[in-house]
This record gives sequence, structure tokens and C-alpha cells, in this order.
Amino acid sequence: MFKKIGFKLIVAVGITAIVTIGIFSYFNIRTHSSSLLAEVERSANQLSETIKHSTRYDMLLNQRESINRIINTIGEQPGIREVRVLNKVGEIIYSSHQGDVGKVIDKKEESCYSCHAANKPLTRLPIKDRTRIFRPVGDSSRVMGIISPIYNEKSCWSADCHAHSSSQTILGVLDITISLAEVDKQIRKSEMEIVVFSISAVIALSFIIGFFVRRWVDKPVKELLNATNQVGTGNLNYIIKDRGDDELGMLARSFNNMTKKLSEARLQLFQSDKMASLGRLAAGVAHEINNPLTGVLTYSSFLLKRTQDNPELQEDLKVIVRETKRSREIVKSLLDFARQSVPKKNEANVNEIIEHSISVVENQLTINHVKLIKNFDNNLPNITVDANQLQQVFINLIVNALDALNKEGGIITIATSQIRLSPYGITHIKKAVCPKRHDLMDNETKIEGMPSIKLKIKNDEKEGFINLDPVYGKDNHIYEFTPDLKKEIFVSCPQCNVSLIEPDNKCPKCGSPIFTFEVLGQGFFEGCINKSCNWQRWDVVDSGGLKDYIEIKISDNGCGISKEDLPKIFEPFFTTKGQKGTGLGLAVIWGIIDNHNGTITVESELNKGTTFTIHLPLQQNRQ
Amino acid sequence: MNKEFDILVIDDEQVIIDAVLKICSAEGYKVDSSLDAKDALKKIESNHYKIFLCDIMMPDIDGFEFLEEIIKRKLNSYLIMTTGFSTVENAVKSLYNGAIDFIPKPFTVDELVSSIYRGLKYYEIQNAIKLSKNKLNDESIFYVPCPAKYYRLGYSSWACQEQTGSILIGIMDLFLKTIDSIFEIDLLKIDDEVLQGNSCLQIKSEKGEMVHQVLAPVSGRILERNEAVINEISIVEKDPYFKGWIYRVIPSDSEYELRQLIPCSSDRI
Repeated sequence: MFKKIGFKLIVAVGITAIVTIGIFSYFNIRTHSSSLLAEVERSANQLSETIKHSTRYDMLLNQRESINRIINTIGEQPGIREVRVLNKVGEIIYSSHQGDVGKVIDKKEESCYSCHAANKPLTRLPIKDRTRIFRPVGDSSRVMGIISPIYNEKSCWSADCHAHSSSQTILGVLDITISLAEVDKQIRKSEMEIVVFSISAVIALSFIIGFFVRRWVDKPVKELLNATNQVGTGNLNYIIKDRGDDELGMLARSFNNMTKKLSEARLQLFQSDKMASLGRLAAGVAHEINNPLTGVLTYSSFLLKRTQDNPELQEDLKVIVRETKRSREIVKSLLDFARQSVPKKNEANVNEIIEHSISVVENQLTINHVKLIKNFDNNLPNITVDANQLQQVFINLIVNALDALNKEGGIITIATSQIRLSPYGITHIKKAVCPKRHDLMDNETKIEGMPSIKLKIKNDEKEGFINLDPVYGKDNHIYEFTPDLKKEIFVSCPQCNVSLIEPDNKCPKCGSPIFTFEVLGQGFFEGCINKSCNWQRWDVVDSGGLKDYIEIKISDNGCGISKEDLPKIFEPFFTTKGQKGTGLGLAVIWGIIDNHNGTITVESELNKGTTFTIHLPLQQNRQ
Repeated sequence: MNKEFDILVIDDEQVIIDAVLKICSAEGYKVDSSLDAKDALKKIESNHYKIFLCDIMMPDIDGFEFLEEIIKRKLNSYLIMTTGFSTVENAVKSLYNGAIDFIPKPFTVDELVSSIYRGLKYYEIQNAIKLSKNKLNDESIFYVPCPAKYYRLGYSSWACQEQTGSILIGIMDLFLKTIDSIFEIDLLKIDDEVLQGNSCLQIKSEKGEMVHQVLAPVSGRILERNEAVINEISIVEKDPYFKGWIYRVIPSDSEYELRQLIPCSSDRI
């Protein structure tokens, strides 16, 4: 606990507070007590003046009784300890304490000292020097004494009693002592108050700091610590909830980013590891099974050759040979699977493939109370496809739709139809080359999941790259900068710099220069350099006219895909299902459809549903 | 001890040795066998074999090491590789390293017999060439080697890169010389995929009794078949490298795959 940042902060702030409050209180109490004393002093002085004036008349008449009475009356007041009048030699003439009358006070005594300290007694004293604060022996409370000299006046020596001669300057001293117990009590009280205040201030400060440290430091740090522990134990899906914009929040965000990257890398590793071990397993199985299979196949085919005169045996042997050959194909496909198989295409009916796929997931549909609507075109022609791979595509898409339906009344609609489409906006450039046969495809920059075509552009002393949308008629190009059409524009191959500009032609739409490159096996492609012009020409494809496609639409009324996620869904390892998915499903689907020279597109609206549309060409050859 | 054999079978599986012995004896060949490559190396010290039928996955010395050894010794013998681990890589690697053929396991009698038949023919041709070189005055040409810019997969097929980026595939003349006259030729369809090291066409010879598989030199999608050859098979035999091409394919990864093939220019040194 003593090592915690919070505690250290509290200690530091507490010490600072104590020091500050201490210094402040010290000066505060000092000012307070001195002003209190000054007040007492002033009132004592006033009192002595009052006594002097009120006894003056009685003094002149030498009415001692009356003087005594006045002094006693005043001396009985609370707070006043003693009132006495001393004559010149120090004899107490009047006193509120009757017993003291007649006593002689030594000149060294406190009440006399201020004037008689020097050899010659002073006649006049400022008020400050006339007061003294002392502690009488045995008495705990302090006492303030004030002396007030009684000066000789004409009326004094001319009075009837003739007690004083005219030569005297000072006739005596009035000495009042006032108890300071009340004042001391007040000072102690305010001292106590300040101590209590500072202690409570320090405690309150500690609590406030503690509260905020807990809120701003402790909790996020604890959360971070917890998160690192979680990640340490292998839970890479742990996400720290947003922690504000301070440094710890930034740390949390960067931590989240790190775990995300880590989990992606781990998934990738896991996936490739899985594929690798599957490959090793397949290889091992293939090797082990192929040897005994060789025995079966050689002997049976040998027998088949030698028993040509025995038709009954021939039939049976043919079965053995045929089935062994089938086993050979199975083992081979196992090996093929380990190394990304090539589609094995046969004539098939898409409706039947979809029916097969539905039968696989039928149970899940029933369990989840999902209604399946089939809108099949029954006159669909057969096309040459890999039925197994397409089945994988449909199952995957139906399961995805099923996952998106989490409420009652889910409906999945599957529709097939035959349509004719213009190649414009559909045909996809897979292999583009420059005149020197350098590959122009850029696998790094993908547009809607497809490798783009990378060209180098030079214009107005700027140099950069254009990544063209590989779909004929679509213009999601990425320009590193927008070329200035008034200046000369060079477009070239990024590898050999050979110019791709057609020198004699201009864009028929906007008059800008046009570039051209070859699409392997499919003639030349031309496009306008102007970013805002979408003119493109691909003669070979255009000359084919409208092409026949089979369209398959799989839609659901589920939760939909957000706009931000939509462009990313075909990317490998992109997933919104967390631990449930690998993020490979749609990437594999895309690959399969692409292998069939088809296209797959997606439309989606949040909370309304998603529709995947697949177009498979009726004729597989592209020319 | 100095014996003449047609075939030495090297395989660590007794059942395969038995099967091959049975089949080849029935065909009238003289066959010997070894259960491992060490034993085989001992046997070639004293005996002479025309061809070896050798497995890849064997204890101690594997098929590739054995192949290297017999090429180093410049034996007048040729090796046919076989394996249960029948991947493209193994097939291509075997042929690149000097094996004359590759038979994936499990094989049928016909596949084995046709391969051995071609192997022995190959042996005869090579021997005849050597003899003719010794005699010097005999200038008869036994087969036409492939043109300099071509690449070949063993002595089975050739590939030639065209200006447009597509690749032409055809059959090596030496391969045609090892089979009897072509009776029938079975091609794949347009748009089919061919896979490097896998069979891409079948040739029936001797009135259809023997079937020979030609392995594809590169992978890709068939763009075009040579219609002239389909109409008139003999074009292949007359001009195997130019008019007698078989497929025009769009390669899937020509850059990598061509590197796995033997450039024909290296044959001319």
C-alpha cells in the first residue's frame, strides 16, 4: 500500500498542505493575539485614565474613603486583578486588595522597573512601555499591568490638605493589573481551531486526491494490469473499454491496437499452422496408403490382364481396379487439398447444387425457426463448375445469413435466374502487362478485394502512381495526386518506364490523353487519364456483346453489415464474429467464384438485411 | 557375378517389389530387386542394369540421393522415379535432376509397363547414340533436340513462352521416339486446367494396346488446342516443336514453374 502511486501523491500533497497551512496559521495567530493584546491594552489605559479622572476630585478634597470606594468598586469588576495607587517612594496608598495598603514596593519590582531601570527615573513614558505582561508566581494565567503616572498640578499643591509640595513632578503611580486569562483562552481557542482546520483540510485533501487518483490512475492502471494478465494467459480478444483521452486512455487504446494486431497475427499463424499440419498429415496418409494401394492395384490389374478368357472374373476384377483407382483419386485430392486445389469442373445444374447445400444446413434452419424461400428458375441451363466448391460457397453464405438472423421471423431467400449482362461493369482484368511484358498487377493495393493495376504517372514535375479499378467500367481508381490536364502527362510501366500513352488518340468524351495496356489473352484495354472521366474501351470484350450469366441471390432480413465493414468483408481474416469465425469464409468464397470467372457482390443495410449476388458466366471461355 | 539385367527395383516395401517382379517377368524382362539404396549401390558394382525403378522415401539413402549417385558414376543406366508421396514438387524435381520418368503410386500394370517400355527404348536410343559417336562415320540422327529457347520437363514435354505471355506446350521428339507410332491421342478440353508434372494428354500406341501419359511442363488454363494435330496426328511426329504443338495455355505461375524446367539451350553444350 505504501508503494502505491496514490499513497505517495497523498503524502506529498499532505506535507505541502501542512507546511502551507502551518506557516499561514503561525502568522495569523501572531497577528490575532497581538491585536487582542492591543485591544486589552487600550481598554486598560482608558480604564486607568477613567480612574484618575474620577478620583481627582476626591484626591483634591483628600477624601480617602471615597477614593477607596471607587478603587474597590472598579477592582471588583471581572478581569481586573488589582487597582492600586503608589506614592513616590513605592508605598501602596490605595489598593483594591485592602491588605496591601501600606506595603512598600521595591523599585526593582516589575511595575516600577520600566521607569526606574535607569538611574534617573523617567517622567514620561509611551503607552507601550507603560504596559507589561507577566505571570505572577503560582498563577497560571498571564497578567497585563499598566501604570499611569499621576502628575503634579497646580490644584494639587494649592489644595487645603497641603500634602504635596509644588516642586514634585510626579506624585505617584496608578497601577492596574488585568488578567489575560480570557485573552489567552481566546488565543488557545483559535490555535486549536486552526490545528483542527488544518488536520481536517489535510484529511479532506487526501480523500479528494485519493478519489481522483483512484478514478484517473488506479482504475485504468488496474484495468491495464488485468488486460496484460489476460493477454498473458492467452486471451487476445480482451479489449479495454474506452478510457478517455488522457495518457492512460492513449495507452489503453494502443494496448487494444496491439492485442488486435497480435490476435490477427496469431490467427494467421494458427491458420497457416493448421494448413501446414493438415498438409503434413495428408502427405503422411498419402504415403502410407499409397504403398498398400499399389499392391492392390498392380495385382488386380495384373490379374485383369491375365484372365481375359474368364468374363465372370473380369467383371469382379474390374470393380476392384475401378475402386482402387477411386481410392487413388481420393488420396490425390487429399494431397491437392493440402496445396490449394484447382477446381475440378463438370457440367452441373446450379439449382441442384443449391438444393444439396440446403439439405446440409436444413437442420440448423429448422432449429432456428428460419423460413427459407426458394425462387428458382427451373429452366436454368447446366454450366461447367466445380460442384463441390460451389456447394461450399452456398453453405457458407446460408450459414452466414443464419448467423445474421438473431430475431424471430428470420427469412432467407435464395433466387436463381438467367440474365444477360453487358461485360461493362462486370468483366474483371486479371492479368495486365506493359508492351515489354512486365506485370502491371498490384497485389498490395486491392480495390474491392481484387488486385488493382498499377501505373506510374508523371505530370507537372510530380511523380506518383495510379491504381486502376480492375473491373471494366468501374472507376474506383486510386490516384496518388490529381493530374493537371493542362500540363503534359506521362503514364508508364512502373518497372521499365515504357510509355503507355497512345500518342495519336484522345479521349472521345473529354479530349484528355488516353493510356493503353494489354490484358493477357484478351486484347488491349484503353482508358482516359482524366480522373473525373470514366471513359474506357476494351474492344475484345465489347465485341462479345451481351453475355449470359446465371444469377444467384442469397438474401436475409438479419442485422446487416455496417457501411464501414462492407468494403472489407472479402478481405482475408476480416471478421465481425470475434472468436467464432476465422475471417476466411468470404475470402475463400471470393476465390472460388473468381476461379469460375464469376463475380460476387454484396448489398447491405443495417438492421434490414444483406444480399449476396453471384454471377456465373454460362460460357466459361472468356473470348 | 557379372550379370545383365533389364530392371532393378528399389523399394522398401516388399509387396511392391513382388508386384513389379511379377509383372515384369510376365512381360519377359529380367528383373532384380533391392530393399534399400545401399544394397542397390552394392549390386551395381557387379551387375549391369538398364533401368532402375526407384522409390523416393527410403531409409538412409533416399531416391534423390541415389539418383545423384548414379549420375555421378556416369553409369549407362537410367532411373524411373516412383513414390507414394506423389506431389507435383517430387515429380518435377525428379525429372529436373535427371530421372527419365516419374510414376506416381499407386500405379496400374499398364502405367508401369508403358513407362518401363519407354525407359528401355530410351536406353537403346542412348546406347545407339554412343555407338554412333564411337564409330564417327555414322551420321544418322536419332532424335531432334528441342530448340534453344524452349524448356523441357524431363524428356516428356516442352514449353515455349510466346510473345503474348501465353505458353505453348508440346511433346518432346525423344519421347515420341520411345513409343511406337501414335495410334490415337487424347487431349483435354479447352478451359481445362493443366497442372505441372501431372498428365495432360494420353497417347495410345500399337493399336491402342499401350497408353503413354505425357506430363504437363507448366500449370495453367488451356486457351487453345492445336486443331491441326487433332485432325492429323502425324504432324506431331513430323514437326514436334513447331507445327506439332498441342496446347496454348495461360500460365498460372510461369515465372516460378519455368525455373523448375530444364532449358533446352543447356542440351547443346
